Amino acid sequence: MNQSEWPLWEVFIRSKQGLDHKHVGSLHAADATMAVQNARDVYTRRLEGVSIWVVESKHIHASNPDDSEAFFDPAADKVYRHPTFYEVPESIKHM
Amino acid sequence: MSATLPEPTAAAVPASAPRSLFPFVLQLADTSLILAHRLSEWCGHGPVLEQDLAMANIALDLLGEARSYYQYAAELEDQGRTEDDLAYLRSAVEYRNPLLVEQPNGDFAHTIVRQFLFDNFHYHLLRELKDGPDAQLAAIAEKSVKEAAYHLKWSSEWVIRLGDGTEESRKRLDKAIATLWRFGGELTTPTETEKGLQATGLVPDYATLLPAMQAHAEHVFAEATVPLPTAVFAQLGGKTGRHSEHLGYLLSELQYMQRTYPGLKW
Repeated sequence: MNQSEWPLWEVFIRSKQGLDHKHVGSLHAADATMAVQNARDVYTRRLEGVSIWVVESKHIHASNPDDSEAFFDPAADKVYRHPTFYEVPESIKHM
Repeated sequence: MSATLPEPTAAAVPASAPRSLFPFVLQLADTSLILAHRLSEWCGHGPVLEQDLAMANIALDLLGEARSYYQYAAELEDQGRTEDDLAYLRSAVEYRNPLLVEQPNGDFAHTIVRQFLFDNFHYHLLRELKDGPDAQLAAIAEKSVKEAAYHLKWSSEWVIRLGDGTEESRKRLDKAIATLWRFGGELTTPTETEKGLQATGLVPDYATLLPAMQAHAEHVFAEATVPLPTAVFAQLGGKTGRHSEHLGYLLSELQYMQRTYPGLKW
Protein backbone atom coordinates (compact mmCIF):
# COMPACT_ATOMS: atom_id res chain seq x y z
CA MET A 1 0.00 0.00 0.00
CA ASN A 2 0.94 3.66 -0.21
CA GLN A 3 3.15 4.95 2.53
CA SER A 4 0.82 7.90 2.79
CA GLU A 5 -2.86 8.38 2.06
CA TRP A 6 -3.91 11.20 -0.24
CA PRO A 7 -5.09 14.21 1.77
CA LEU A 8 -8.75 14.98 2.28
CA TRP A 9 -10.44 17.86 0.43
CA GLU A 10 -13.76 19.59 1.00
CA VAL A 11 -15.86 20.23 -2.09
CA PHE A 12 -18.10 23.23 -2.75
CA ILE A 13 -20.43 23.39 -5.75
CA ARG A 14 -22.36 26.32 -7.18
CA SER A 15 -25.55 25.23 -8.90
CA LYS A 16 -26.84 26.88 -12.06
CA GLN A 17 -29.36 29.02 -10.16
CA GLY A 18 -27.25 29.36 -7.03
CA LEU A 19 -25.32 32.49 -6.14
CA ASP A 20 -22.98 30.82 -3.68
CA HIS A 21 -20.93 27.66 -3.49
CA LYS A 22 -22.39 25.13 -1.09
CA HIS A 23 -20.53 22.40 0.71
CA VAL A 24 -21.45 19.04 -0.84
CA GLY A 25 -18.96 16.61 0.64
CA SER A 26 -15.35 15.56 0.67
CA LEU A 27 -12.93 13.35 -1.24
CA HIS A 28 -9.30 12.25 -1.42
CA ALA A 29 -6.86 13.62 -3.99
CA ALA A 30 -3.12 14.06 -4.35
CA ASP A 31 -3.31 17.76 -5.25
CA ALA A 32 -5.71 20.56 -6.19
CA THR A 33 -5.88 19.65 -9.89
CA MET A 34 -6.84 16.09 -9.10
CA ALA A 35 -9.25 17.27 -6.42
CA VAL A 36 -11.16 19.44 -8.92
CA GLN A 37 -11.31 16.58 -11.43
CA ASN A 38 -12.39 14.09 -8.80
CA ALA A 39 -15.04 16.53 -7.60
CA ARG A 40 -16.31 16.77 -11.17
CA ASP A 41 -16.52 12.98 -11.38
CA VAL A 42 -18.00 12.38 -7.94
CA TYR A 43 -20.27 15.36 -7.32
CA THR A 44 -21.47 16.78 -10.67
CA ARG A 45 -22.69 13.64 -12.42
CA ARG A 46 -26.31 14.73 -12.27
CA LEU A 47 -25.94 18.31 -13.44
CA GLU A 48 -25.55 19.60 -9.90
CA GLY A 49 -23.23 22.44 -10.69
CA VAL A 50 -21.50 24.93 -12.94
CA SER A 51 -18.56 25.77 -10.69
CA ILE A 52 -16.38 23.83 -8.27
CA TRP A 53 -14.25 24.96 -5.34
CA VAL A 54 -12.02 22.61 -3.40
CA VAL A 55 -10.04 23.30 -0.28
CA GLU A 56 -7.83 20.95 1.64
CA SER A 57 -9.69 20.01 4.79
CA LYS A 58 -6.75 20.85 7.02
CA HIS A 59 -7.12 24.51 6.03
CA ILE A 60 -10.63 24.75 7.44
CA HIS A 61 -10.72 25.93 11.03
CA ALA A 62 -13.93 25.25 12.88
CA SER A 63 -15.51 26.55 16.06
CA ASN A 64 -15.19 24.23 19.02
CA PRO A 65 -18.43 22.47 20.01
CA ASP A 66 -17.39 23.02 23.66
CA ASP A 67 -17.69 26.76 23.04
CA SER A 68 -21.20 26.60 21.66
CA GLU A 69 -22.89 27.89 24.85
CA ALA A 70 -20.65 30.91 25.04
CA PHE A 71 -20.70 31.45 21.29
CA PHE A 72 -24.31 31.02 20.34
CA ASP A 73 -26.68 30.99 23.32
CA PRO A 74 -26.29 34.72 24.08
CA ALA A 75 -27.97 35.55 20.75
CA ALA A 76 -31.07 33.55 21.66
CA ASP A 77 -32.86 36.28 23.71
CA LYS A 78 -31.91 39.31 21.61
CA VAL A 79 -34.84 39.41 19.24
CA TYR A 80 -34.40 43.19 18.90
CA ARG A 81 -31.48 42.45 16.61
CA HIS A 82 -33.98 41.37 13.95
CA PRO A 83 -35.41 44.31 12.02
CA THR A 84 -39.00 43.41 12.86
CA PHE A 85 -40.04 46.22 15.22
CA TYR A 86 -41.45 48.67 12.72
CA GLU A 87 -44.34 48.64 10.31
CA VAL A 88 -43.67 48.49 6.61
CA PRO A 89 -45.55 51.27 4.79
CA GLU A 90 -48.13 49.87 2.42
CA SER A 91 -46.49 51.52 -0.60
CA ILE A 92 -43.36 49.38 -0.14
CA LYS A 93 -43.69 46.21 -2.14
CA HIS A 94 -41.63 43.04 -2.24
CA MET A 95 -40.43 43.02 1.33
CA MET B 1 -32.69 17.83 -31.51
CA SER B 2 -32.74 17.68 -35.28
CA ALA B 3 -34.27 21.16 -35.46
CA THR B 4 -31.01 22.75 -34.38
CA LEU B 5 -28.83 20.81 -36.82
CA PRO B 6 -27.55 22.21 -40.05
CA GLU B 7 -29.06 20.57 -43.11
CA PRO B 8 -26.53 18.68 -45.20
CA THR B 9 -25.87 20.66 -48.33
CA ALA B 10 -26.75 18.88 -51.53
CA ALA B 11 -23.47 19.94 -53.06
CA ALA B 12 -21.36 18.34 -50.35
CA VAL B 13 -23.08 14.96 -50.14
CA PRO B 14 -24.52 12.98 -53.03
CA ALA B 15 -27.99 11.68 -52.10
CA SER B 16 -26.80 8.09 -52.24
CA ALA B 17 -23.66 8.67 -50.19
CA PRO B 18 -24.73 8.17 -46.55
CA ARG B 19 -25.59 4.49 -47.03
CA SER B 20 -21.94 3.84 -47.81
CA LEU B 21 -21.16 5.13 -44.32
CA PHE B 22 -22.67 2.00 -42.73
CA PRO B 23 -19.43 0.06 -42.15
CA PHE B 24 -17.70 3.16 -40.80
CA VAL B 25 -20.50 4.03 -38.39
CA LEU B 26 -20.61 0.39 -37.25
CA GLN B 27 -16.86 0.49 -36.65
CA LEU B 28 -17.26 3.61 -34.49
CA ALA B 29 -20.11 1.92 -32.61
CA ASP B 30 -18.17 -1.28 -31.95
CA THR B 31 -15.12 0.67 -30.83
CA SER B 32 -17.03 2.72 -28.26
CA LEU B 33 -19.06 -0.27 -27.04
CA ILE B 34 -16.08 -2.55 -26.49
CA LEU B 35 -14.06 0.11 -24.68
CA ALA B 36 -17.11 1.02 -22.59
CA HIS B 37 -17.44 -2.61 -21.60
CA ARG B 38 -13.77 -2.88 -20.68
CA LEU B 39 -13.98 0.23 -18.50
CA SER B 40 -17.17 -1.01 -16.88
CA GLU B 41 -15.22 -4.07 -15.71
CA TRP B 42 -13.43 -1.70 -13.31
CA CYS B 43 -16.68 -0.83 -11.57
CA GLY B 44 -16.25 -1.72 -7.91
CA HIS B 45 -12.56 -2.55 -8.46
CA GLY B 46 -11.01 0.88 -9.00
CA PRO B 47 -7.84 1.77 -7.09
CA VAL B 48 -9.71 4.50 -5.21
CA LEU B 49 -13.39 5.42 -5.06
CA GLU B 50 -12.94 8.64 -7.02
CA GLN B 51 -11.24 6.89 -9.95
CA ASP B 52 -13.71 4.02 -9.84
CA LEU B 53 -16.41 6.61 -10.51
CA ALA B 54 -14.33 8.41 -13.12
CA MET B 55 -13.96 5.21 -15.14
CA ALA B 56 -17.64 4.35 -14.79
CA ASN B 57 -18.48 7.86 -16.02
CA ILE B 58 -16.27 7.45 -19.08
CA ALA B 59 -17.75 4.02 -19.74
CA LEU B 60 -21.25 5.49 -19.69
CA ASP B 61 -20.24 8.34 -22.02
CA LEU B 62 -18.87 5.81 -24.51
CA LEU B 63 -21.91 3.56 -24.17
CA GLY B 64 -24.20 6.50 -24.95
CA GLU B 65 -22.08 7.38 -27.95
CA ALA B 66 -22.12 3.74 -29.11
CA ARG B 67 -25.92 3.69 -28.94
CA SER B 68 -26.19 6.74 -31.16
CA TYR B 69 -23.89 5.12 -33.71
CA TYR B 70 -25.73 1.78 -33.61
CA GLN B 71 -29.08 3.49 -34.10
CA TYR B 72 -27.71 5.39 -37.07
CA ALA B 73 -26.02 2.27 -38.44
CA ALA B 74 -29.31 0.35 -38.23
CA GLU B 75 -30.99 3.19 -40.10
CA LEU B 76 -28.31 3.26 -42.80
CA GLU B 77 -28.36 -0.49 -43.26
CA ASP B 78 -32.16 -0.50 -43.51
CA GLN B 79 -32.44 -4.28 -43.25
CA GLY B 80 -34.72 -4.40 -40.23
CA ARG B 81 -31.90 -4.92 -37.72
CA THR B 82 -32.09 -2.81 -34.57
CA GLU B 83 -29.34 -1.27 -32.45
CA ASP B 84 -29.66 -4.27 -30.11
CA ASP B 85 -29.28 -6.77 -32.96
CA LEU B 86 -26.09 -5.02 -34.04
CA ALA B 87 -24.64 -4.86 -30.54
CA TYR B 88 -25.69 -8.23 -29.18
CA LEU B 89 -26.18 -10.65 -32.03
CA ARG B 90 -23.02 -10.48 -34.08
CA SER B 91 -20.03 -12.80 -33.70
CA ALA B 92 -16.48 -11.70 -32.91
CA VAL B 93 -15.31 -11.80 -36.54
CA GLU B 94 -18.10 -9.38 -37.48
CA TYR B 95 -16.93 -6.79 -34.97
CA ARG B 96 -14.93 -3.92 -36.44
CA ASN B 97 -13.31 -2.34 -33.38
CA PRO B 98 -9.53 -1.84 -33.49
CA LEU B 99 -7.49 -4.31 -31.41
CA LEU B 100 -6.54 -1.65 -28.87
CA VAL B 101 -9.94 -1.34 -27.20
CA GLU B 102 -10.43 -5.08 -26.64
CA GLN B 103 -7.12 -5.44 -24.78
CA PRO B 104 -7.63 -6.48 -21.15
CA ASN B 105 -7.62 -3.85 -18.42
CA GLY B 106 -4.41 -5.16 -16.83
CA ASP B 107 -3.33 -2.90 -14.00
CA PHE B 108 -4.35 0.76 -13.75
CA ALA B 109 -1.34 1.84 -15.85
CA HIS B 110 -2.43 -0.46 -18.71
CA THR B 111 -5.93 0.98 -18.59
CA ILE B 112 -4.51 4.51 -18.63
CA VAL B 113 -2.20 3.89 -21.59
CA ARG B 114 -4.99 2.20 -23.55
CA GLN B 115 -7.28 5.11 -22.74
CA PHE B 116 -4.71 7.74 -23.64
CA LEU B 117 -4.01 6.16 -27.05
CA PHE B 118 -7.73 5.98 -27.74
CA ASP B 119 -8.67 9.41 -26.37
CA ASN B 120 -5.95 11.19 -28.30
CA PHE B 121 -7.36 9.74 -31.54
CA HIS B 122 -11.04 9.86 -30.56
CA TYR B 123 -11.04 13.51 -29.54
CA HIS B 124 -9.27 14.68 -32.68
CA LEU B 125 -11.46 12.51 -34.91
CA LEU B 126 -14.66 13.87 -33.35
CA ARG B 127 -13.45 17.43 -33.85
CA GLU B 128 -13.31 16.73 -37.57
CA LEU B 129 -16.54 14.72 -37.71
CA LYS B 130 -18.57 17.44 -36.01
CA ASP B 131 -17.85 19.74 -38.95
CA GLY B 132 -18.17 16.93 -41.49
CA PRO B 133 -20.63 16.70 -44.37
CA ASP B 134 -22.92 14.05 -42.87
CA ALA B 135 -25.43 15.80 -40.60
CA GLN B 136 -26.23 12.82 -38.36
CA LEU B 137 -22.61 11.91 -37.77
CA ALA B 138 -21.84 15.59 -37.15
CA ALA B 139 -24.61 15.79 -34.53
CA ILE B 140 -23.35 12.72 -32.66
CA ALA B 141 -19.79 14.07 -32.79
CA GLU B 142 -20.88 17.49 -31.58
CA LYS B 143 -22.31 15.92 -28.42
CA SER B 144 -19.50 13.43 -27.89
CA VAL B 145 -16.55 15.75 -28.47
CA LYS B 146 -17.16 17.51 -25.15
CA GLU B 147 -17.09 14.18 -23.36
CA ALA B 148 -13.98 13.09 -25.26
CA ALA B 149 -12.23 16.34 -24.33
CA TYR B 150 -12.65 15.44 -20.68
CA HIS B 151 -11.58 11.83 -21.24
CA LEU B 152 -8.38 13.05 -22.88
CA LYS B 153 -7.73 15.47 -20.05
CA TRP B 154 -8.25 12.67 -17.53
CA SER B 155 -6.02 10.07 -19.21
CA SER B 156 -3.34 12.69 -19.98
CA GLU B 157 -3.24 13.74 -16.32
CA TRP B 158 -2.76 10.14 -15.31
CA VAL B 159 0.03 9.48 -17.82
CA ILE B 160 1.82 12.46 -16.28
CA ARG B 161 1.16 11.37 -12.70
CA LEU B 162 2.22 7.77 -13.24
CA GLY B 163 5.25 8.72 -15.36
CA ASP B 164 6.49 11.43 -13.02
CA GLY B 165 5.22 9.72 -9.88
CA THR B 166 6.90 7.00 -7.86
CA GLU B 167 9.42 4.40 -8.98
CA GLU B 168 6.64 1.82 -8.90
CA SER B 169 4.18 3.87 -10.95
CA ARG B 170 6.88 4.64 -13.54
CA LYS B 171 7.80 0.96 -13.83
CA ARG B 172 4.18 0.03 -14.42
CA LEU B 173 3.63 2.81 -16.94
CA ASP B 174 6.74 1.79 -18.90
CA LYS B 175 5.51 -1.79 -18.98
CA ALA B 176 2.05 -0.74 -20.18
CA ILE B 177 3.58 1.39 -22.95
CA ALA B 178 5.77 -1.53 -24.03
CA THR B 179 2.71 -3.80 -24.18
CA LEU B 180 0.13 -1.52 -25.73
CA TRP B 181 1.83 1.06 -27.93
CA ARG B 182 1.82 -1.26 -30.97
CA PHE B 183 -1.98 -1.20 -30.95
CA GLY B 184 -2.13 2.60 -31.35
CA GLY B 185 -1.18 2.63 -35.02
CA GLU B 186 -4.31 0.81 -36.16
CA LEU B 187 -6.47 3.75 -35.15
CA THR B 188 -4.97 6.01 -37.81
CA THR B 189 -4.23 3.33 -40.43
CA PRO B 190 -7.22 3.34 -42.78
CA THR B 191 -8.71 0.09 -44.05
CA GLU B 192 -9.73 -0.20 -47.71
CA THR B 193 -13.27 0.76 -46.67
CA GLU B 194 -12.06 3.82 -44.82
CA LYS B 195 -9.83 4.83 -47.73
CA GLY B 196 -12.84 4.70 -50.03
CA LEU B 197 -14.87 6.91 -47.71
CA GLN B 198 -11.96 9.29 -47.18
CA ALA B 199 -11.73 9.69 -50.96
CA THR B 200 -15.35 10.88 -51.03
CA GLY B 201 -14.73 13.30 -48.15
CA LEU B 202 -17.30 11.64 -45.87
CA VAL B 203 -14.60 10.51 -43.46
CA PRO B 204 -11.66 12.73 -42.50
CA ASP B 205 -8.22 11.80 -43.78
CA TYR B 206 -6.45 10.47 -40.68
CA ALA B 207 -3.17 11.94 -41.86
CA THR B 208 -4.64 15.38 -41.11
CA LEU B 209 -5.24 14.33 -37.47
CA LEU B 210 -1.69 13.17 -36.87
CA PRO B 211 0.07 16.52 -36.26
CA ALA B 212 -2.33 17.52 -33.48
CA MET B 213 -2.24 14.03 -31.96
CA GLN B 214 1.55 14.00 -32.09
CA ALA B 215 1.81 17.47 -30.55
CA HIS B 216 -0.47 16.51 -27.67
CA ALA B 217 1.39 13.24 -27.02
CA GLU B 218 4.74 15.05 -27.06
CA HIS B 219 3.48 17.61 -24.56
CA VAL B 220 2.05 14.97 -22.19
CA PHE B 221 5.06 12.67 -22.35
CA ALA B 222 7.48 15.54 -21.81
CA GLU B 223 5.60 16.47 -18.65
CA ALA B 224 5.55 12.83 -17.62
CA THR B 225 9.34 12.70 -18.18
CA VAL B 226 8.77 9.60 -20.32
CA PRO B 227 10.38 9.26 -23.76
CA LEU B 228 7.65 9.16 -26.42
CA PRO B 229 7.89 5.88 -28.38
CA THR B 230 8.75 6.45 -32.03
CA ALA B 231 8.33 4.33 -35.15
CA VAL B 232 6.57 1.51 -33.37
CA PHE B 233 5.30 -1.43 -35.42
CA ALA B 234 1.53 -1.16 -35.84
CA GLN B 235 -0.42 -4.33 -35.11
CA LEU B 236 -3.47 -4.28 -37.39
CA GLY B 237 -6.47 -6.57 -37.65
CA GLY B 238 -9.45 -5.57 -35.52
CA LYS B 239 -10.95 -3.16 -38.03
CA THR B 240 -11.08 -5.96 -40.62
CA GLY B 241 -12.43 -8.55 -38.19
CA ARG B 242 -9.18 -10.27 -37.24
CA HIS B 243 -9.33 -10.02 -33.48
CA SER B 244 -7.28 -11.19 -30.53
CA GLU B 245 -8.63 -14.02 -28.41
CA HIS B 246 -9.73 -11.46 -25.82
CA LEU B 247 -12.74 -10.29 -27.82
CA GLY B 248 -14.48 -13.67 -27.73
CA TYR B 249 -14.38 -13.79 -23.94
CA LEU B 250 -15.54 -10.19 -23.71
CA LEU B 251 -18.49 -10.80 -26.05
CA SER B 252 -19.54 -13.98 -24.26
CA GLU B 253 -20.10 -11.84 -21.18
CA LEU B 254 -21.48 -8.80 -23.00
CA GLN B 255 -23.95 -10.84 -25.08
CA TYR B 256 -24.86 -13.48 -22.52
CA MET B 257 -28.33 -12.22 -21.64
CA GLN B 258 -29.52 -11.71 -25.23
CA ARG B 259 -28.08 -15.06 -26.33
CA THR B 260 -29.60 -16.94 -23.41
CA TYR B 261 -32.96 -15.15 -23.38
CA PRO B 262 -33.48 -13.98 -26.97
CA GLY B 263 -35.52 -10.78 -27.17
CA LEU B 264 -35.22 -10.13 -23.45
CA LYS B 265 -36.22 -6.58 -22.46
CA TRP B 266 -36.08 -4.70 -19.18
